[in-house]
Amino acid sequence: MEEKKDLIAVLQQIQQKAQDALHSVNSADDLERWKFTYLGRSSEVMQVFKEIPSMETALRPVLGQKANQVKTELEKRLELTHERIQQAALANNIKQQKLDVTLPGRQPERGRLHIATQTLQEIYRILAEMGFQVYRSREVESDEYNFELLNIPAYHPARDLWDTFYTKKEGVILRTHTSPGQIHAMHEYAPDPVRIVLPGMVYRYEQMDASHEIQFNQIELLAVGRNITFGDLRGTLEEFIRRMFGSGVETRLRPSYFPFTEPSAEMDMKCISCNGKGCGVCSGTGWLEILGCGMVHPTVLKNGGYDPEKFSGFAAGLGTERISMLRHGVDDIRNFWANDIRFLKQF
Amino acid sequence: MKLVLSWLKEFVDIDGSLEELAHAMTMIGLEVENIQLIGLAMPEGEHLEHQYSGLTWDKEKVVVAEVSEVMPHPNADRLVLCKLSDGQTEQVVLTGAPNLFDYKGKGPLAKPLKVAYAKEGTTLYDGHQPGKILTTLKRMKIRGVESSSMICSEKELGISDEHEGVIILDDDAPVGMPLVDYMGDAVIEVSILPNMVRDACMLGAAREIAAALNKPLRHPQPKLQGDGPKISGEVAIEITDPNLNPRFVFGMVRNATARPSPYWVQRRLRLAGMRPINSTVDATNYVMLEIGEPLHAFDYDVLKKRAGGKAPTIITRAAKKGEHLTTLDEAERTLDDFTILVTDTAGPLALAGVMGGLESEITDSTRTILLEGASWNFIHTRRTVSAQKLQSEAGYRFSRNIHPALAKLGVELCLSRIAEWSGGQIAMGLVDAYPKPHVDPLIEIAPEEIKHLIGISLTLQEVADLLTRLEFKCHIENAHVTVHCPPHRMDIGEGIIGKADLMEEITRLYGYDRIPSSRIADELPPQRANQQDDFERLVKNVLVSVGLQETINYRLTSPEEEARMFPEQSAKAAREYVELLNPISQDKRVLRTTLIPPMLANLEKNIRHAERLGFFEVGPVFLPEKNDALPREEYHLCIGLAGLHEKKHWDQKKNRGLDFFDLKGYMEVLLDALHVENAVFAPVEHFLFHPGKCSSMRCDEIEFGILGEVHPAVAEKYAFLENPVLIADINMELLLKSLPAVFRSEPVSAYPPVLEDLAMIVPEDMPSREVETVIRSAGGALLTDITLFDVFKGEQIGSGNKSLAYNLTFQSFDKTLTDKAVEKTRDRIIKALEDQIHATVRKK
Repeated sequence: MEEKKDLIAVLQQIQQKAQDALHSVNSADDLERWKFTYLGRSSEVMQVFKEIPSMETALRPVLGQKANQVKTELEKRLELTHERIQQAALANNIKQQKLDVTLPGRQPERGRLHIATQTLQEIYRILAEMGFQVYRSREVESDEYNFELLNIPAYHPARDLWDTFYTKKEGVILRTHTSPGQIHAMHEYAPDPVRIVLPGMVYRYEQMDASHEIQFNQIELLAVGRNITFGDLRGTLEEFIRRMFGSGVETRLRPSYFPFTEPSAEMDMKCISCNGKGCGVCSGTGWLEILGCGMVHPTVLKNGGYDPEKFSGFAAGLGTERISMLRHGVDDIRNFWANDIRFLKQF
Repeated sequence: MKLVLSWLKEFVDIDGSLEELAHAMTMIGLEVENIQLIGLAMPEGEHLEHQYSGLTWDKEKVVVAEVSEVMPHPNADRLVLCKLSDGQTEQVVLTGAPNLFDYKGKGPLAKPLKVAYAKEGTTLYDGHQPGKILTTLKRMKIRGVESSSMICSEKELGISDEHEGVIILDDDAPVGMPLVDYMGDAVIEVSILPNMVRDACMLGAAREIAAALNKPLRHPQPKLQGDGPKISGEVAIEITDPNLNPRFVFGMVRNATARPSPYWVQRRLRLAGMRPINSTVDATNYVMLEIGEPLHAFDYDVLKKRAGGKAPTIITRAAKKGEHLTTLDEAERTLDDFTILVTDTAGPLALAGVMGGLESEITDSTRTILLEGASWNFIHTRRTVSAQKLQSEAGYRFSRNIHPALAKLGVELCLSRIAEWSGGQIAMGLVDAYPKPHVDPLIEIAPEEIKHLIGISLTLQEVADLLTRLEFKCHIENAHVTVHCPPHRMDIGEGIIGKADLMEEITRLYGYDRIPSSRIADELPPQRANQQDDFERLVKNVLVSVGLQETINYRLTSPEEEARMFPEQSAKAAREYVELLNPISQDKRVLRTTLIPPMLANLEKNIRHAERLGFFEVGPVFLPEKNDALPREEYHLCIGLAGLHEKKHWDQKKNRGLDFFDLKGYMEVLLDALHVENAVFAPVEHFLFHPGKCSSMRCDEIEFGILGEVHPAVAEKYAFLENPVLIADINMELLLKSLPAVFRSEPVSAYPPVLEDLAMIVPEDMPSREVETVIRSAGGALLTDITLFDVFKGEQIGSGNKSLAYNLTFQSFDKTLTDKAVEKTRDRIIKALEDQIHATVRKK
């Protein structure tokens, strides 16, 4: 009987000791060692199990039951501790992995279209929605297409409107506007109606400064049909300007002169920089000259293959770098072809 | 063109403010550039639409005064003291004006001098300093004499830069009147459109203003009639070609004496930007500024002498090529055959419509003035102006076409002014040669036509009323208005062109701003794709999507700049260029023939601003053609890379320079995006590139481009950093030809792939593409992908060899592949490699 009581007390002591030891276990390694010590083959609990067969038969069940209880209890605590340690390790790991989120990210290289192309593409998109399709033509032109067919005869004072680059080949020049494309397109499309946008690089013999370039992009609109009116021209251009510069932009139309249009007009826009109050951008006038336009001259229609008695049309042209400059506050046009990455990457 | 407000008011009543006037002028096509105030007050209001400059004269402080005596200064020879009355007080005013010295010490003047007088405290321009520096008159002592006020020069009052003497006003100036009320004015500078030379004069501009404001226009009338002996018999005119010289009119004034013009005439000329000379020359200039007809005055006695004492005959004709004439600017000019000359029997007298000759020019001693008014062919005049590089007021106007009617009116007006200002008698009558009178166009226009082209509905009467304002003669007939052009318009055509011209006139007067905006109602044209533009946009978008920056360069360059890309030792290919006749500078004198040099320059310029550069440009190069005056414009794509593989980063362990395979990668991605499937890269040699690091790009036997690392000998000429520079040049037109019309997608297999590695040893110079071709053809349908994952060279595998290792992906669309099936294929590949290219395949 004493023996039994002793063993039960021993088992209790074993449990107590193991549980006490478990309190100081804080790592997976410690836990492994604890498991070896208190639940391993040579652990005291296991020793008790080994001793049970040598006990009195009557005592065995009680002892066995108790030993099992101790073992199960220890195993349960092992499990709990394991979980506790794992949680702690995870928490520790997470703590270790903490980043300085204010460090700069690794930026992939972003490609960009040149600002001149971006503006052109935006213009194409707006005009495409209005039914105008892109028509391109050559940059080195004949005098015939650049001037003569556009109702600008040789030596005519209207030629003073363009400072021209001539090539060493007689009658071959760098186009001063995209207007020769009007004739090319009309020749190609007559007698169908025409609704096109003519984009591209044009050339002017000029002293370069902050607002003058020898090379710049221009777009022209050309609409030819049986019922195209000056009102259509105005409506189309107003819509275009609103889409480019915002719905609140005010415009005005005033008379001008271009040899290839009659009537001719110039469209001004309320200065977007000062809202019409007058500033350096608009030379104090509150207005910005934005495009030249007019009804296609009967002679030009005829030269394009359309009967001016039956067809009418409008044309309008503007320099697109100027548009980019106004929209983005670029103050020097010479930035455009300088290709300085510090300029280009701002767009 | 400088328009003088007071002068305009002679022809039209202007009641509104300057700002309203300027706005009306701009909106009718006379665009106002700036306004200079001559004494008038600055307009009020926050939002002025025009730029104003100039000086406002204080009404109290700046007045008309009279000088009754000019006395010597006790202590200074170059100063005088003037006894002056401003209508309220008398005082002595000190001045150094040389034009008062003549009166010095002559006692009280019989006829007092009227002057512009500024009292103490007046702010005006400092006459002794260059430019326009404001100063305020203060009391001070000059050489012992007290001075606090001033008799003013034009410069001090902001009228002109004239400071030689003080203003001596005309005798009728009322003493004590505020000067601004007597002669306050404004100069409105407008830009004259090339077809509006009719408005490059006061009357013309006034006509536009009258039309815009719907006010009547007053025409100038000659004040004096001919009272001397008749002109006929004194001179004859012979027009050789009426096409060059449609009309030639002579008038004559005898016994004229050139003297200073009245002050108001001088002032108007100065305000309009011309220098007063003497009363005779001033009269010609005055009339030119007044009605727009340039006139020319000859010394009749010189002409008579040249004619041997007989009545001269004036002949107009085209110059003979190489003929000479000394013009009154004392330049001896060699003439072209398009130049029109005024000659007499002794030879050339004047460059018609541009400038007179020196010999027959009037002088102070001229007594008999022969006054020419003519009209000249504008094209010929313009050619002369540009060939002789001779800008003149006459040349400017005649090269823009002046109506022949003005020749007669101009002469009449001018004769009257000469007689008025220079004295003498006007000879009765004119000699007027007008062999082929100009026929002013007659145009019929109907309201429906206006509605159809402009989009506004007007009645017949409204059309007639609008045009009448501009002096068109209109008759309403049934359904249209018959419009007769007035005899000052040369810009209105006949027939349908005339109709269009009239539409502009009608619309201008109706108001451009009143045109209702509409949306195009006309039928939509057939829609056409622009393949070239679509293709370029696609290419650009792909390149942008992989991180490249677009650049755009000048198309103009120099042969030297392009030659930088040739290595020294290579034979410089003699390039043909489109050359400019009038380059703006030597470095921009030809059109580029390649995109590469500007790309290299872009990389060079930016390499210090970024550690990694990836640029591309799409644009034309210009290649002269043998059988065509126009060059071929060939669109190319150029890609340039330089710098490091990766942008620098704070935790970067290692980084390498960009190399050939980075560039090739960009090309592969582009070709993939374009669905060009069978592009072939093959080694090639090109002077620009490193001989071992250069590849051509072909597709179906079309070689569309080249790429490689820039030859060290070329790179050396640029300020690149240590890393290599990579360039690709692609002919966009040829690449476009390689694009499939459509591309198809492929299904994705539902069965798992089997992945295998295959490594082999091959000779070092074996192109990997060849190995791949063998693998692919032996692999058949089951082999769906090949990826090279390792290339190795080393002693272990023997020199002259390399090891290539591939990932092979096997996949079936109808079943899960068994190891056995894959093994069969794999064995077939190995056998093919061994048989066909003698590869040593590492067995599993």
